[in-house]
Amino acid sequence: MNPAGMIPAGTNPPVATPFFFYLLAAIMIVGGVMVITRKNAVHSAMALITTLLAQAALYLMLYAPFVAGVQIILYAGGIMVLFLFVIMLISIERAEKERQFNKQWLVGIVAAAALGGLFIAVYTTTTKGRALFPEGRMTYGETQNTQQIAALLFDRNVGQYMFAFEIASLLLLVAIIGAVVMAKKRI
Amino acid sequence: MNDPTSLSPLDLETPDKTFLDANELVINMGPQHPATHGVLRVILRLDGEKVMGLECVIGYLHRGVEKIAENRTYTMFNPYVDRMDYVAAVSNGLGYCEAVEKLLNVEAPPRAQYVRVILTELNRMASHQLWLGTHALDIGAITPLFYTFRDREEILKIFEKYCGARLTTHAFRIGGLQYETYDGFEKDVKTFVAFVRPKIDEYEELLTTNRIWLERTKGVGKISGQDAIALGVTGPVLRASGVKWDIRKALPYANYKNFDFDIPTGENGDTYDRYLVRMAEFRQSLRIIEQAVDHIPEGPIMAKVPKVIKPPVGEIYHSIEAPKGELGYFIVSDGSTQPYRIRVRPPSFVNLQALDVMCRGQLVADVIAVIGTLDIVLGEVDR
Amino acid sequence: MHALLQYILSYLDSDKTPGGAGNIFWATVYILLVFAGLSVAVIAMNWLERKILAHMQVRLGPMRVGPHGLLQPIADAIKLLLKEDIIPAEADAVVFWIAPFIVVLAAFTVFVVVPFGPTHAITDMNIGILFMLGVSSLSVLGIVTAGWASNSHYPLIGALRSSAQMVSYEVAMGLAVVSVILMTSLNDQSTGTLSMIGIVQAQLAQQEWFIFKFFPLGLIGFGIFAIAMVAETNRAPFDLPEAESELTAGFHTEYSGFRWSLFFLAEYSAMIAVSSIAVTLWLGGWLRPFPNLLVGPTWDLVFLLFPGITFLLLAAMCFYNTARMPKHPLFKVQTIGLAGFGAVLGLIGLILFLPAVRIRVNDIFWFSAKVAGFMYLYIWYRGTFPRYRFDQLMKVGWKVLLPTGLALLVLTAVVGMRSELWAELQGVWRP
Repeated sequence: MNPAGMIPAGTNPPVATPFFFYLLAAIMIVGGVMVITRKNAVHSAMALITTLLAQAALYLMLYAPFVAGVQIILYAGGIMVLFLFVIMLISIERAEKERQFNKQWLVGIVAAAALGGLFIAVYTTTTKGRALFPEGRMTYGETQNTQQIAALLFDRNVGQYMFAFEIASLLLLVAIIGAVVMAKKRI
Repeated sequence: MNDPTSLSPLDLETPDKTFLDANELVINMGPQHPATHGVLRVILRLDGEKVMGLECVIGYLHRGVEKIAENRTYTMFNPYVDRMDYVAAVSNGLGYCEAVEKLLNVEAPPRAQYVRVILTELNRMASHQLWLGTHALDIGAITPLFYTFRDREEILKIFEKYCGARLTTHAFRIGGLQYETYDGFEKDVKTFVAFVRPKIDEYEELLTTNRIWLERTKGVGKISGQDAIALGVTGPVLRASGVKWDIRKALPYANYKNFDFDIPTGENGDTYDRYLVRMAEFRQSLRIIEQAVDHIPEGPIMAKVPKVIKPPVGEIYHSIEAPKGELGYFIVSDGSTQPYRIRVRPPSFVNLQALDVMCRGQLVADVIAVIGTLDIVLGEVDR
Repeated sequence: MHALLQYILSYLDSDKTPGGAGNIFWATVYILLVFAGLSVAVIAMNWLERKILAHMQVRLGPMRVGPHGLLQPIADAIKLLLKEDIIPAEADAVVFWIAPFIVVLAAFTVFVVVPFGPTHAITDMNIGILFMLGVSSLSVLGIVTAGWASNSHYPLIGALRSSAQMVSYEVAMGLAVVSVILMTSLNDQSTGTLSMIGIVQAQLAQQEWFIFKFFPLGLIGFGIFAIAMVAETNRAPFDLPEAESELTAGFHTEYSGFRWSLFFLAEYSAMIAVSSIAVTLWLGGWLRPFPNLLVGPTWDLVFLLFPGITFLLLAAMCFYNTARMPKHPLFKVQTIGLAGFGAVLGLIGLILFLPAVRIRVNDIFWFSAKVAGFMYLYIWYRGTFPRYRFDQLMKVGWKVLLPTGLALLVLTAVVGMRSELWAELQGVWRP
């Protein structure tokens, strides 16, 4: 199977692509639902971790191993650890006293379904929506993901994201310094 | 600002309030704890990680030794004093025997005094070796313990050959010694001195310039000389704070006047200086032993002391430099064969009072290092 | 049937790893081999740690269970399996149960990309080193959840401290690793690589182990990684969260029996994993020593004989100790056991002399020997150093290793690209 010419020439054909896609998608959806339905915040965080790991696997299937690796290191291994820190330190007493769903759940479902339907309609029927997924995007093989990202960042001709990258890292630095200053004690 | 070392022990420090305020925590380091060197209970008041104050609860090893003394004759009480500071039993015996000898106005013959000095200095080394092993173990260096205990075995073998016991030796008697030194005593002591000299260098090599050891001990548990004197702290703790006070030099006893040795002192009064002072004391003890073992005079080992010891009415306070500090005996005699009152001034008991001042402003992990560096023995603290 | 045999045999001539060649049979075989080897390695580490630590502390270590304590790890494993499984009353049972498995999973999955030879890896991802760093950072999650699931203040604080320490030192590790990745790109096409096999092949192509590259930069990078990896695996001198003489006990306080043994297994596996990273990145992976100095077929033969000689030396040590065993009827079984063990080792050594075997095994042997050297370093550190206090530990990670790593990175880049930089500067000054 080679849907829409997505497999680059000269690489090994993937094994059982539909099976893995549906499996990972199911894991992600179940994980996502568990995030919002669990009463215990730590259980929600662990479901989120599962979702993120499944997402990393989906990136692998899209021939983007670098992004998958970075997703695991930073998101699952860094940010979620911080989530867990905060959850465990702060809400250790008030674990299970929150109401899980408020009274507007019917209106919420209708609104979410409407928004989802709008997205699907835009992406599949309009020409501009379909242009977001051109077939040419998959011509990069698995071996080139790292180099392509590096080129987009640093290359003299192609690289256009350096400034945005630095601004984002500066923003993170400001957040770190602010947090440290606010919580600092003299030890 | 809030310089912890200048606070009087009765001042209570207030925690710093910040934007996200932490509660004060009271933590109990119970009587059973791997690192308190005995049954000591320490109640810590913490602000986050910093120690605001602490209180020691003692008495778990109280055996009523001083009360027992009122119902024993002077000779019968001699074995009891070993059990107070059971690590340095020989020094305890020396202090007691000399105190009673002073009360009786007799002096042990020179041969007895030389042998007493040798055994006491050997015991000082054994006590310091135990201190080094356990202190390093608390801070995380698990190997020096085995080295010091292996070398301490040699000292204990000499004690066993001399008086039959390794730890609670009951080596001395009122008026001198009971046992003549065994054949080969001098040879054994000389062999030991040659054996242990490079071992001390081995201990130093492991710890003294080790970066982690320095970071764990420098600046930790500081006490200034004035605070130390005010609290009555004695021994290596006092000397590490810069005060050159050693009873062997200041109020000499047991003919320490005949020996040539130095008093090592420190400058900052922190844990590292106490470590350096005790390591230097190892070497000074070896010097004394070397000088003594070559010149043991011949002669009697026991002075003319009556069979039934009935000191005249009076009181005396006599103190010696035990490995842990100034060990003092205050004996009140009412003329009978049993003392009216014996009060022991244990060095660990008085040194323990300084724990509060030393630990103010330190982190929790340092409290254990400071307890180790004070070198307390609960048998002595509680008696 | 014939097709299956064909499928199996078709891999034997390829120059790729089983994962790269897509051969599921051999991939499974390799997975089982790595799993078995890792289990043996962890058991051996347990025995070695107790024995080596004991010998450093002037004592003997386990001597009773089996000759010279060789069966001690098995006795420990049996004891742990038979222990009562205690779960704290208020603990969250599901999370309590999952936590050790997360840690073990992370520790074992890392070995998918560890290269024991040019084709002796389960697979060779082209993001190999990134994968290893990422998956080993997942073990932090296991530790945090283990501490939380115990539902008690002290394990929670211990777990948070432990995970804070691990996360901090991952930064320093990452910087040291990036400086090595820079060095891999010093070839004609300026193509660096993140794949583990590619890094070793870059060292082969540049004829220099990266620890010696741009002296002392390679050495400093190696030093940073060597310190950070000890802190990453919570070993002495950075083992405050695990030490029992401090106030807060570690995150695995409430775990007993089998679950605790899982943590213990994961800790040793993580040690072997980060040592493998260090060996691959700086010490030339599976390459034999002095590939460019001692060349020639005779030297190749000498180094090919090393595995056999090592095993024969071990066998000789066993026989020597058999001769020294006390001649008492109670020791008969132990003596025979030790002699048998020595005989097995000698047999393996003799097999390793066969030409067909020694060529295949050579890479694996050198890789394992270097990793074993690191294991000895770990045990040596534990016996020698006192423990860092927690704030000093974090200070070393953030204030010492991180700036050094950053400076190292910049210097490596500058030195590596000095000719291009010089050309740029000349172009700028004389346009």
